[in-house]
Amino acid sequence: MAIYLDHAATSPMSPSVITAYSSALAVVGNPSSIHSQGQNAKRMLEEAREQVAASLGADSVEVVFTGSGTEAVNLAVKGLYWARKRPRILVARAEHHATIDAVEWLAADEGAVVEWIPVDALGRISLAALAAALGPDVALVTCLWANNEVGTIQPIDEIVALAAAHGVPVHADAIAAYGYLPIDFDASGLAALSVSAHKIGGPVGVGALLIARSAIVTPLIHGGNQQRARSGTQDAAGAVAFAAAAAEATGMGESPTPSAGTTGIPESPTAAGGPTGSSSGGERAAPPSAAGHPASSVPAGRAALVERSARLATLRDRLVCGIRAAAPTAVYRGDPDAAGRLPGNVHFTFPGCEGDSLLFLLDVVGFSVSTGSACQAGVPEASHVLLAMGVPEADARGAVRFTLGHDTTDVDVDALVAALPAVVAQATRAGLADRLTSLGR
Amino acid sequence: MSATAPSNRAALTELTSAVTLLSAVTRLSAVEKTLTAIPSSDVRRIEFVKVLAAMSGGVDSAVAAARAVEAGHDVVGVHLALSRTPGTLRTGARGCCTIEDSMDAQRAANIIGIPYYVWDFSERFQYDVVDDFVAEYAAGRTPNPCMRCNERIKFAALLEKALALGFDAVATGHYATIVTDSAGNRELHRAAAWAKDQSYVLGVLSTEQLAHAMFPLGSTPSKAEVRAEAAVRGFSVASKPDSHDICFIPDGDTRGWLADKVGAEEGAILDRSGNVLGRHDGALAFTIGQRKGINVGYPTDDGKPRFVLEIRPKTNEVVVGPRAALDLAELAGSTFSWAGLDPVASGLTANLGIAFDCEVQVRAHADPVAAVAAVRDGELVITPTTPLNGVSSGQTAVLYSGTRVLGQCTIDRTVSAVAVGVSASGVPNKLER
Repeated sequence: MAIYLDHAATSPMSPSVITAYSSALAVVGNPSSIHSQGQNAKRMLEEAREQVAASLGADSVEVVFTGSGTEAVNLAVKGLYWARKRPRILVARAEHHATIDAVEWLAADEGAVVEWIPVDALGRISLAALAAALGPDVALVTCLWANNEVGTIQPIDEIVALAAAHGVPVHADAIAAYGYLPIDFDASGLAALSVSAHKIGGPVGVGALLIARSAIVTPLIHGGNQQRARSGTQDAAGAVAFAAAAAEATGMGESPTPSAGTTGIPESPTAAGGPTGSSSGGERAAPPSAAGHPASSVPAGRAALVERSARLATLRDRLVCGIRAAAPTAVYRGDPDAAGRLPGNVHFTFPGCEGDSLLFLLDVVGFSVSTGSACQAGVPEASHVLLAMGVPEADARGAVRFTLGHDTTDVDVDALVAALPAVVAQATRAGLADRLTSLGR
Repeated sequence: MSATAPSNRAALTELTSAVTLLSAVTRLSAVEKTLTAIPSSDVRRIEFVKVLAAMSGGVDSAVAAARAVEAGHDVVGVHLALSRTPGTLRTGARGCCTIEDSMDAQRAANIIGIPYYVWDFSERFQYDVVDDFVAEYAAGRTPNPCMRCNERIKFAALLEKALALGFDAVATGHYATIVTDSAGNRELHRAAAWAKDQSYVLGVLSTEQLAHAMFPLGSTPSKAEVRAEAAVRGFSVASKPDSHDICFIPDGDTRGWLADKVGAEEGAILDRSGNVLGRHDGALAFTIGQRKGINVGYPTDDGKPRFVLEIRPKTNEVVVGPRAALDLAELAGSTFSWAGLDPVASGLTANLGIAFDCEVQVRAHADPVAAVAAVRDGELVITPTTPLNGVSSGQTAVLYSGTRVLGQCTIDRTVSAVAVGVSASGVPNKLER
């Protein structure tokens, strides 16, 4: 059985989430139908929306379910650009392709002027460059909350503060951060924030864009106006499963219950200690404070997330120490400071090795890892994130990302560390056979 | 073995395909037996080895991978990403390099039940194949990018990496046969299906490369049989069109693509004595032996058509003349290699300086021509017994002895059978290119 260390690609659904999902799938009814079965589906959907909102410190009316995290990012970036009718978009370098490709399309086809804000060697945005680029003609600023490849956490509060001085809305892509870092949308001052269910142990095919009450976003998809800024029949079962995963990942709220007569959804263990979300209205489990959350005011559920992340951070540090001992030449990428990095993210480049050789050899001996973000048709190339951080292409090609999650144990970590020396030695022998430097012809 | 006339080959192919369509499945096991029964001292190593199957997404490499599995080998499928900006869908007659092709390869690997990976060789492919192709053309030579890819990518970069990662061999869907003699020496031979034989484009492989190459399709009588087998196996690529074009030229317009890369400028059309006959729009747009598109204002003295005899990239000149002047009495190249044992070790000659009998083939689909060859002053000099025509510098001459590939050279010097101003029976005249 393979050891799964690729939670940033997708995080496995727990049995309780699968049960919640399959139970909800058995419920008949379009949430937009007026009859009782439709109303029941609507109730499941809205309860799920409240749970997801609670897990993010948002109002449920601010949660727009989408078909993926990528759709959420596209809706935010394009929707804010179109609604704002201003030419410039400020984008941090080292963003995910959902953002890069969306803004490049806006530049090519919609007249947008895209300005790339540099990141430093750790992958963190230059606030000085952002401040210098801001102005009244900026439509939006978009930035990862935390980088999906190297795990570097961005200074979202500072970014929002700088943009707010010019009245510019900010979108945060929190897909990698969600479930690992405390997120309080209403306190953040963000105009929009993207999340995805399957990165936190929910199903693929469900995402959400949080759109602040004050923000205006032009829809991508037109039709029945089922949601603010998005048309299309709503996926009640997907939302239920998303909510169940959100409750497990963040400890916020409880899982919604399907209608009487269907299989009950077991309450997740982590949800037990959290505040009880109301099933009848928009009461939020985590009322936002004006700004920031002193540790003393962290609600019980948020404390569960902190505890879960602390466990992952311990595992992460164990893995980092192990890799450094097993492969002394390997270079730890991203922010080495625990406070500046996603708790489950470990990213190294192995000099003289090809990332795809390492991935192949680790796969053969039973470890699922990644060379970076998954690409179309599985074509591996040097990571644009590492290149943006100033890593030379030759080094960038030797990248491997290990991402830990809810089912990762110290046994898994130790097994990887034990397997690594032989794998690195063989990958080094394979060398850079497909690199120009080895030509000598 | 002399050449089978093309029409006979086609008829043979049709016949065998009609027969074999019905018996693809039963033949499968026979093929496996053939494959595993290679008489060789390293049979133990050949059996049940770790094989990397290079999978382009085409039908041949998919069937080759499946046969390697059924021969008992431990097989992993690898698709080579050769382009930094792959197209989404297959276009024209290309057979690789798009995302669709990668997906086709992956689906075939799924059906075979083998692991599948994509490895990026785009940087090396650009340097060794694409840039080389452009540079060769710019120098007035006619390179074969498929040979370059076999020489430097599939059986060099990929093979090196595969060996280092613990594989024993690279298997491809090429139609060629490897025969191992009683002493364990590996020889490269033509495929059973002459109509599909690809031993020419593999002629550049060295002994070391041959030692780790596997061609599971070599003994198949026809491509139709491979397609039938693919259909029986459930591969979606069973009826995928054959690829003909150069994979990195999306629309198949090689001339247009080259004109973009190296530019095209107007220049002079000359006769062999240096007289200016007219103008052209770019010397590199011409091919040796080309007849059409030579715009000179007046007919030849003898009223016969003119052919392109020579392209001079440095001066942007095209030399034209009578068809007879295309005939070459001699081909030579200083870059040559032997596939397996050299002619001396093979008992063909006492030493390489003494001419030995062979056949020479100058294009992938040309018929072989009887010749003698010898190494003189560091050059492999090939003298066909009847003059060859339409050969350009940069082309590869592959030497055969019957079905066996002896070796190859890149042609960098030719000698015309007809001197300037002399009729077809005249004294040979050196045309340095």
